[in-house]
Formats: sequence, C-alpha cells, structure tokens
Amino acid sequence: MQRTSRANRFAFSATGGALAILFLFPLLWSGYASLRTSSGFGLENYDRLFTSDNGIRPHNVVNSLTVSALTVGGTLLVATLGGYAFGRFKFWGKEALFLVTLAILMVPYATILIALYVLLGWLGLQDSLIGLSLVLIMFQLPFSLFMMRNSFEAVPAELDESAQVDGCNSFSTLTRILLPAVRPGLITVGLFAFLTSWNEFFAPLILLNSTDKFTTTLAVVNMRTASHGSIDYAALEAGVVVMAVPCLILFAFMQRSYVRGFTSGALKG
Amino acid sequence: MSTVLERTKAPARERARTVGRRRRKGLVGALYAAPTAVMVGLFFVVPLLLVVWMSLHRWPLLAPPTLNVPDNYTKIGDNQLVGSAVWFTVKYTVLLTVLLFGLALGLALLVQRRRRGVGFFRTAFFLPMAVGFASASLLFLGLLSDEIGPINGFLRWLGVVDGYISWTSGSGTSALSSAMLLVLWRFAGFNMLILLTGLQAIPLEIYEAARIDGAGRWQIFRRVTLPLLRPTIALVLTMMTTGSLLAFDQFWILTRGGPDNTTTSLVMVIYREAFIKLDLGSAAAISVALLVALVVVNVVQLGVLRRRSS
Repeated sequence: MQRTSRANRFAFSATGGALAILFLFPLLWSGYASLRTSSGFGLENYDRLFTSDNGIRPHNVVNSLTVSALTVGGTLLVATLGGYAFGRFKFWGKEALFLVTLAILMVPYATILIALYVLLGWLGLQDSLIGLSLVLIMFQLPFSLFMMRNSFEAVPAELDESAQVDGCNSFSTLTRILLPAVRPGLITVGLFAFLTSWNEFFAPLILLNSTDKFTTTLAVVNMRTASHGSIDYAALEAGVVVMAVPCLILFAFMQRSYVRGFTSGALKG
Repeated sequence: MSTVLERTKAPARERARTVGRRRRKGLVGALYAAPTAVMVGLFFVVPLLLVVWMSLHRWPLLAPPTLNVPDNYTKIGDNQLVGSAVWFTVKYTVLLTVLLFGLALGLALLVQRRRRGVGFFRTAFFLPMAVGFASASLLFLGLLSDEIGPINGFLRWLGVVDGYISWTSGSGTSALSSAMLLVLWRFAGFNMLILLTGLQAIPLEIYEAARIDGAGRWQIFRRVTLPLLRPTIALVLTMMTTGSLLAFDQFWILTRGGPDNTTTSLVMVIYREAFIKLDLGSAAAISVALLVALVVVNVVQLGVLRRRSS
C-alpha cells in the first residue's frame, strides 16, 4: 500500500513536472531570446524595438492605455449598474435583455465586425479609440454582467433593507453598502476587461485605420505582417515581452481572486 | 354605509400603493439596466441586423450601396478561396477540438485533487492565458523560426532531422501543426480550469459509493465522472468549436494563410473580401452564412450532448 502510493506520487510529480516545463518553456524562451544579442546579453533588441522605423512608438503605448482605461472603466460602470438591476430588481424585459446579452457569446464578433465598421462610421466614430472601446465593452458584457449579477445575488438582501431603513435610496445603497461587498467580482471583471483590451488584435485591426491611432498590439504585429523581406525576430520577441509583462504582473497579483471569481461564477447557473 | 365603504376602500388604497411602489421599483430597475440595454442594442442587435441588410446589397467600401439580391450569396459558390477555406476551417476545427479537449481533460484530471505541487502545476498550465493571443502567435513565430528558434537545432542535435525545416511556412501540414501547437499551448489551461470547476462539483460520496460497489478506476471514470461532467463538457466543446470556426489571429500572424492559401481560414476570407477587395456586401454574405452554420453546429452539438445525458 505504502509503496504504491509512493510510486503514485512520483508518477504524479514526474508527469506534472514535465508538462509544467513544456508550458513554461515558451515564456522563458521569449525572455531569453529578447535579451540575447550577437555579443552576449543586453538591451539592444529593446532598443531596436523602440527606435527602428518598424516597431513601438510612444503614442502606441498611450493609445493602448487609453483603450484599456476606457474599456475597464466602461465595463465596470455598465456591468455594475446592470448586475445591480438583474440581481435586485424586477423590470419589464428583464429575461429578454439577459438572453440577448448572453447571445453575444453565441455570435462571436468576427461575423458582425464588418457591420460595426460601417455603424461606427455613421456615428462619426470610425478610426477612433472611443469607438473601439465601446465595441470592446459590448464584447465584455456577457461575462461581466453574468459575474456581477451573481455577485449581487450572493449578498444577503437584509443588507439593502437595513440600509433603506437607515434612509438610503437605491443608489446610495449601491455605492455605500453593496459595492464593498461585491469587490471580488469587480476585480475579476476589471482584470478580464484589461487583459482583453490590452491584447485585442482583430477589433483594432478592422476599426483603426491610421497609424497614429494604432495600439501596441497592432504596432508589434505590423513588425511581422508589414515587413517586406526579413523579420527582426529578436526585436519581435522583445515586443512580445513588453506586451506580456503588464499582464503577467497583474495576473500574479490577482490570480487568487480571479480564479475564485471565475469558479464561483461558473458554478452558479 | 360609510364604514363599509371605508373598509373596502382601505385595502384597495393599500393595494394601489403597493402596485405603485412595485411599478416605481420596476422603473428604477429598468433605469439601472438602461446602459446595458443601450450597449447591447446599439452595438450588438443593430450590427446583427445590419450585416444581414448589407449582405443583400452591393456595398463597396467607398461608394453608396445598391440592392443586388441575391448576388452576394450566389457569388459565394463561385469563390474558389471560400471552398478551400471552408474545407480547411472544418478540418482544423475537428482536429483541434479533439486534441485540445483531450489535453485539457487530461490536465484537469491530473490536478483535480489537492496535493503537493498542484497549485504550481495549475498556475504553470494556466499562465499562457495571461499572454495575449496575438502576442502568443508572435512568440511562436520566433520559437519555430530558423533564425532564432531552438527547435531545429534541438532536432538536429537529436539526429531526427538534418538541415532546416521551415515549420510555419514549409508545407501545409507543418503550418497547420504549428498553429495547432500554439493554440494547444495557449488554451489548454483555460479549458482545464473550466473542466476543473465541473469535476469539483461532483460530490466525493458518489466516488466512494462506486468504489464500495467494486468499480475500478476506468469504470468510475466512464460511469461516474463523464456522465456527471457532461454539462461542463458541452460548454467547453461549444466554446472550442466556435472559437476554431472563427480562427483568425493564429493564421493571420503565424502562417499568413500560406503556403499557397492552404491555411487560409474563413474569417481571413471575410477580411480579404472586405478590406482588400473592398467588397463589404460579399464579406457580409459570407459572415451571414458562417453565422447560420455556427448556430446550427451549436444547436446540434448541444442537442446531441443533452440527449445522451438524459
């Protein structure tokens, strides 16, 4: 018995360890490749990434941060108000609106992005960071609304009632009493919105036309797709690292609440 | 007389007040839901209708549209690239779904129980998800390249190959394999996490009961785990097939659709129709066809999985 369980434990560690190495290897390799130069190690590849004709310009980073901030802020605002409505109120069209919002997941956006391109043109938001952010907020809504509704439903209703006895109206109940209680949900929704908007490629590719509007992702991908002739692979890997580091840092800080929020949201139907 | 009136009036007034309060509360709720309704209506429902409307028109990128039913749809049949892209996308979807599901389920089973090292393994498998998909595609472009990638050197050292192999553009098969490797690496941990939530929702007592009844490991897996996991499996499979049928980034960045369009996916064709051929109507028609196909696939898939579970 003892022996089989020890063999079992060894098999587990060996399989898991080998797989973990395979999964971590590409990440570690890109860091290594981005620092490797012809004469050893250094920051030359990063230097080329930020200074050569093809690469990241400061305005690309500003654009990415703008889109991310607008998307995170907008998603949190809409999903919090919406989650509050769905978790606490009955109103006309409630079920229909919830179903239509979830249907966004069934109709992934590649198929409607062409129409969004035309629609944003009519709204005067073509080639605009605000237009792109609005589209990204919409695509975050199914997940975010679902998360926030579940978060609000998990808070006991007595909390609202006692707040209302104390003279709070529905809005001050939300801001003073409920928001602190749904913080884990807010963190998950915000983190997810940041990761998506910071990394998104297809939507900016279609919705942004002028190079001064390009996000960091578009700029880095352009080093590959717009290169006639040879690709500067080492600078490309430096670009991958620049894109990935903010995500990995956020991920390390928030992994626990992210995974917890994710599982609690997934378990509730 | 007056007392009778008052007695019947009072509850009526009371009821009117509660109805009024309920109606007001309903109004307040609708007000909080209004931003969601506006966002979903304007940026989802309207484009959905618009893409159908566009598919019925000749809609050049820079000129006013004109009605041309049903030319955009009949044109799809003549478009040779669509034919090869459909075939390729379906092939990719089937291959990837099978491999990705197998890998994700294997990983989930490996790390389902709490023991030493499990936390580290889960993080390692999930970590690629923190890298954006476009970035991951560029990462693999370098990783698999002749110039700086370690793969060819390693294989030569092993003596498996001599000379260099161009993985991402050498042949259709190697380009497809490169893209699948990338997707497996990036998404296995994410799907593992979802399957894990399903596995952990199965009560331990059921496993114990099966063990007491003398069921072996394989039997427990087939008769207990798989049936109880079916709703989660349905979710994961639906996401995998949908995601694969809409594949774009991995082929646009890693293989450029080549060599000779052998890895050109359907969404790449839509992009090409719209922004290279500047024919939005034709792009919209292919989009609508793809949309219908997706809904059919999802309905059939969920129907089959649900029937087998009951």
